[in-house]
Amino acid sequence: MANLQRPLSPHLQIYRWPLAMAISILHRVTGVALSVGAVLFVVILVAVAAGPVSYELIRGYIATTMGQIFLLLWTFALFLHLFNGVRHLFWDAGYGFQKSTTTKSGIFVLIVTTVLTAVVWCAAYLTCKV
Amino acid sequence: MSLRTPLSEAKGLGSAKEGVSHWWMQRLTAIALVPLAIWFVFAVAMLGDASYATIVGWLQSPIVTVFLVLFIIATFYHTQLGLQVIVEDYVGGWMKVVSLILISFLCIVSALAGIIALLKISL
Repeated sequence: MANLQRPLSPHLQIYRWPLAMAISILHRVTGVALSVGAVLFVVILVAVAAGPVSYELIRGYIATTMGQIFLLLWTFALFLHLFNGVRHLFWDAGYGFQKSTTTKSGIFVLIVTTVLTAVVWCAAYLTCKV
Repeated sequence: MSLRTPLSEAKGLGSAKEGVSHWWMQRLTAIALVPLAIWFVFAVAMLGDASYATIVGWLQSPIVTVFLVLFIIATFYHTQLGLQVIVEDYVGGWMKVVSLILISFLCIVSALAGIIALLKISL
């Protein structure tokens, strides 16, 4: 019988967060968030198929400040998962395993994600005046 | 040097050639989703706060319908594979089995609902 009173080794909270670890965790977190998002997207499609009344209801939610913030985070999560996923594909192909390279590619992923999120939102506001 | 066990050598059955299918399908759907997701985000952003007529008109375009059906299939396939890995990492016992079943069902039902909604709109 194991002694359950033994002290636990402090884990996640005691270590400095290296970039690679933070992005790896974010990849999973955004993956789960995007799963919920994918189901929400289907809900919107079903609402459109059901007719204008249900669509206008959802359109009303999206137009609120909370809805817009939610959409912004959604865009960011999607691009982060997408570009970090491409980074994983390079690793799968055997490229970019140097420690300095993984740090650089991680920073690159964060920059591309931020820039593209900004581009999408600027484009959306400029062309449609949401 | 062979990494196979002597029993495995004697039976000679191998891995049924499906050993890497989870890994491979995750990559295949990921590669498909790179262009599809980038197109999706920009297309939806350009739609903005679209009226009902605008959104239906957009969804009825044959190219949009085809891309969205592909997007939905790849997304939910990829989602099922990804959530499966997370559950296998953190959940054990019966909860693991129940979670895996629920994830599979949720992904299949969502994908089917999305595709049928699209077909209802566009046909």
